[in-house]
Formats: sequence, structure tokens, C-alpha cells
Amino acid sequence: MKLKKKISVIDQHDKFGFWGGKFGGNFVPETLKKPINDLELLFNKLKKDKKFLNERDNYFKNWVGAPTRFIKLSNLTEHVGGAEIWSKVVSDANGGAHKIYNATVHCLLAKKSGKRIICGDTGAGYAGKMLSMAAKKFGLKCKIFMGAKDIKRQQPNVKAIKSNGAEIVPVYSGSQTLVDAVSECMRFWVANCDTTAMCVGSTVGPNIFVKICGWSTSQISRELKIQILDEFGKIPRRLKLYNCVGGGSSSFGFWNEFMDYDKKQVEFIGVEAGGPSKSKKHAAPLTYGSKIGILHGAAQYVNQNLEGQIEETESISAGLDYPGVSPLHCFLKDSKRARYTAASDEDALKAFKIVTKYESIRPSLEPSHAFSVAISESKKLSKDTIVIVNSCGDAQKDRKILKKKLGIKL
Amino acid sequence: MNSISKAFSLAKKEGRPALLTYTVAGDNSKKNSLKILKSISKYADICELGFPHNTPIADGGQIQTSSYRAIKNGTKIQDVFKIVKDFKSSKFSKPVILMGYFNIILQYGQNKFLNDCKKNKIDGLIIVDLPWPENKKFASKCRKKAICFVQLISPTTSKRRLNSIVKDSHNMIYYISMLSTTGGKLKVSPKKIIYNYKKIKRINPRKNCVIGFGITEKTISSLKSADGLVVGSVICKEITSSLNKRQNPVTKVSNMVKKLKNKIL
Repeated sequence: MKLKKKISVIDQHDKFGFWGGKFGGNFVPETLKKPINDLELLFNKLKKDKKFLNERDNYFKNWVGAPTRFIKLSNLTEHVGGAEIWSKVVSDANGGAHKIYNATVHCLLAKKSGKRIICGDTGAGYAGKMLSMAAKKFGLKCKIFMGAKDIKRQQPNVKAIKSNGAEIVPVYSGSQTLVDAVSECMRFWVANCDTTAMCVGSTVGPNIFVKICGWSTSQISRELKIQILDEFGKIPRRLKLYNCVGGGSSSFGFWNEFMDYDKKQVEFIGVEAGGPSKSKKHAAPLTYGSKIGILHGAAQYVNQNLEGQIEETESISAGLDYPGVSPLHCFLKDSKRARYTAASDEDALKAFKIVTKYESIRPSLEPSHAFSVAISESKKLSKDTIVIVNSCGDAQKDRKILKKKLGIKL
Repeated sequence: MNSISKAFSLAKKEGRPALLTYTVAGDNSKKNSLKILKSISKYADICELGFPHNTPIADGGQIQTSSYRAIKNGTKIQDVFKIVKDFKSSKFSKPVILMGYFNIILQYGQNKFLNDCKKNKIDGLIIVDLPWPENKKFASKCRKKAICFVQLISPTTSKRRLNSIVKDSHNMIYYISMLSTTGGKLKVSPKKIIYNYKKIKRINPRKNCVIGFGITEKTISSLKSADGLVVGSVICKEITSSLNKRQNPVTKVSNMVKKLKNKIL
């Protein structure tokens, strides 16, 4: 399996929507064929439309707040004593996480298609919060599907969603987390696709949703590339980009502009959620070699039993607590462009403590997974290596968990 | 003529649509789901049997509940085959169509799955998340084994797709009555549904076309002019409610299917 150069990765699929011949596709009920096809036609037209691109850039700049900061973590670098550690503080974006990019684009598309309602799934609550914000901004009615377990553990975002005037639909089926929220949201769309647009909250789902999300979050690496050139005058000889991977939307966006560089120069490291160190359950299908299966309309590596039933996951981080992973990451793994590993709940908490002790940024539990691996690997790296961690979410939403686990009050 | 076509032509001779039932294998237990099949086969013409999946993207609450119940009591794909095998060796057996999601087949192995279908005399397959044209390869594998691959058509299916799907279909087509997951309330008028149904029939009148989704005791007689009608969610609901009331799901479901049959005679 090989990546092509000079063609955007999101466009490197075959006519059935498969990347590398086997990841992705459209395993959907007949009813969704038409709305998906409509969305494909609209997106393919608009992504080449200069007026639309200007509109997008305008919203990204003036409403989302582009560019987000790119900062050196000098104290952390000194403490670790290896590579230079930097961070792209994507949590600067309006709403506090990268989910705003995808939400904004989906609302723009919904407006263009004449839909008045938009529905979406959420795990950590960020995708839901951002979709509710964007829906309000664009005058769309908004319905957010969220697992009952996640509603309990991510209250700050739940409140934010409600205050934006969106309706939250609690999902009680299965494990009551993100996987069930996505299923329920898709079922809702099956029944209402004539009036309602759907936003899938990550680079997962049927092919077109993977593409739209990856295209939207790529804003992160577009900004980063310019910032790196400003800072270093060139792309450093040894650059390592660390990002947490749940569905994989922030990491894909963080890496996209650097795809064509040799991996010896620009290495991508994806950090999945290993779950509690004492538990066998995890949310790291790439790291632990899960088999290919179909989840939410796409073929991907996914945690499942021998029968093909999707397995429950466990992670302290609601945003990474997903049994599958984007087909794009499966493609990047098998083509060996990116390397994947996992951090446990405990690792992530420890990293949060270290980062917040030395720096003034406050990564949520999701990017804390990435920081954990970045810190431990940086120790062994040369001083001229540039390590960048995407701090893609703010810890405000995790304050209850952090207080309970670490006694830290935000 | 294969058994599915025979079932349709028998119903036609009697001047009524074929009655298709849907139950989930292993709901509420492996034993009871076999008993249910045996008891409803006196009234049903074709039995659809769901093989449960825990992440269904097109099932409504009733069928989800049945599926979770079946998975919880340990129903595996081998059990599904065993239930069909036992049913097929009983006196009043009817054609069986297995229905479910593609991942279960993928993990089992496509060829092995089809061989086991053949071995256990399964007559047809409905794969909810394998639409046309993605299903072309698998459907032709089915055809080679003389297993009917049932194509689905929905109100959103475009005219061009419709023509191609009907052309590639085997001897049964499933028309989804409305935009809904299974078990939704019928939100389209029967007249409109029959109008769409006729559009499919006009393309090829020889293909048996059934209508499903939202069909209950109340609505079934208004759709009598179709080749066949599928009832699923209300049956699953009946199992749930009989369990809640500590009644015997087998007799309750059997009575319900008998009533449904009487409405279309």
C-alpha cells in the first residue's frame, strides 16, 4: 500500500470510496445513497469554488480565530532535556477545540443545500458544542446525539450545547458512549434525510464524511506550515508531529500539509487511548492490531470480537473512546507514513500534570495522551529535533475528572 | 422455480399478498426463536430471520431491543444456522431469508458464510448495509449458490438507480415504504406507497416486490395489492411486551401473525 504524492490524501480513494483498496467505502442503507450522493456533488463542486473558499477562510479567520498559536514550550523542553518541544495550541480556536472547523464547514454546506436542521454526534461534547455554536451562527436548528455516560462525564460541554439552543438527545443503547451516539445519529438521519443535514463529528463514517472532516481540519496544518517557515525559515531536518487519535480528525488535519515530506524528515506519531493500565479494554485499534471490520458505514481497523460484534472500549478521555478509527489513519498506518502507539489513562494524567506544571497551556485529556508519548520520546531525541504536539482541546471540560483523579481545581 | 418464487405464486393463486415475518434469531432465547418460527409458519409465507448486530445503523428501537436480547443470551452465527436447520426439518417449514449487517459475514468469511447458508437450506439474504453497486460481487456469489440476494429500494432511490437495481435484482425486491428506520410510524399514505411500488413493478413485472417498514395490524390491509408485505417491528415489540407481562412470547406472536394474515385474505 502506497501513498501518492501531490494528490491530497482525502482524494486518494477508488470509485467505491476505498483508500488503499480496503479502507472506507459506503456501507450504508439504500435510503442514504441519495443524500450522500447529493452531499458529494455539492462538496466536490464547492471545494473548487473560489467564492466558497473565501467564505470559509473568512469564517475561519474572523469567527474561529485563525491562526491559532504556535509556541515553544521552553520550560518543558528544559525539564525533559532532549528535543525542542513546541505546541500548536489549537484549543485557542473559538469554542476550545479543533471540532469547530468541521462544524463550520458542515453548516456552510447545509446552508448551501437548503437544509434547515443539522444533526450531529458527540463524545467529549466538543463536536456537539461546536456544531451547536456553528448552527446558531448560521441559523440552523440543531440536534446533538450524545451517550448517556458521556453526558454525565462532560457536563461543561453539555451545558454549552444547551445554551446554544441545541437539543441534546441522550443515547441509552449499548455502552452509552460515542459509538452509540454515532449509530443513533445515523439512524436519525436515515429517517429525516429529506429535511436534515448530518455532521459526523470526526474523520469517520461513510466516505464523504471522512473527506469533509479531513478537508476542514487541514486548516491546522496549513497554518502550522506557515508558522514553521516563519519561525525556522524552512521545514526542519528532523520534525516530529505528535497528535492523539480517536476518530482521527485533529491528527489528520495536523499532518495533512506535510504528507509529501519523507518520514525521516517529518514523522507523524499518532497516540491512541490505551485505557486504564489495569483494564484489557482500550480504544487503540491501530496500536493493538484490531482486525478490519465495518463500523458506521466504513471499513476500518476496529475493536470487535470473532463474530464481528463491535466491542466496548474504555478510556478516561471521552473524545478518544471509540472502537474504530478513521479509514485515513488505517491507510496511513498500512502505507507506513504514520506510526501509532498508545498511552494509558494514567500516562495521560501524568502528562497533564507535567505540562501544566511547566507551561501555561492546559491540554484536555485527549491531547494529554499525545503529550505523554512526546515527553517520553523527546528525552531520547537530539536537541536539534523539533517536536510539536497538537494541543487540540482545552481541559475545562475535564475539570470534574481532573479534580477527582488529581485533586486539581481548574 | 425456487422456493421463494413458489411462495409468491402460491399467494397470488389465493389472491393475496405473501406475508413475510421478521424475527431475530435467538430472541428471546435460541429455543423460543425456533418455536416462534415453527408456530408462525402456519400463517407466514416467508420467514425473515435477523442475525443480530450490536451497532445497527438502520434499525429502530424494537428490533434493536430484540437484537441486544439475542446477543446477550449468546446467539452466535452458528446458532442462527442451527435454528434454520431445525426449522427447515420441521413439518411446516417455509422459505427463510437471513437479514443482517455485512460485518458479521465479513468476519465469518463470505464464501464460508454462503456455503453454510446453502448447507442449511437458506433461501435468501438481505444485507442492510451493502447497497447497489457495492453488492454486485456478493450478489453474484449468491446467485451461483442459488441464494436470492434481495435488493433494497427506498423512496430516495433515483430513477437511474432504480432501473439498474431492478435489472441486477434476483427474484425478490424489497421496497422500503418511507424514510425511516424499522418500526417507525407510517408517515406516508398507503396510496403514495403503492404508487411508488408500481413504478418498480412497471420496470419488470416478473420480479416479486415486497413492501416493508411501518406495517402493522392497522396498516397492512391498505397495502394488500403488493406482491408481499413484511412485518417485523410489531412482532419484536410483541415479544418484548409479552416478556414484560410474563406471558408466553411464542403464543402471543403466533396469535399476532394469525391476525395479520386474516387482514390480507
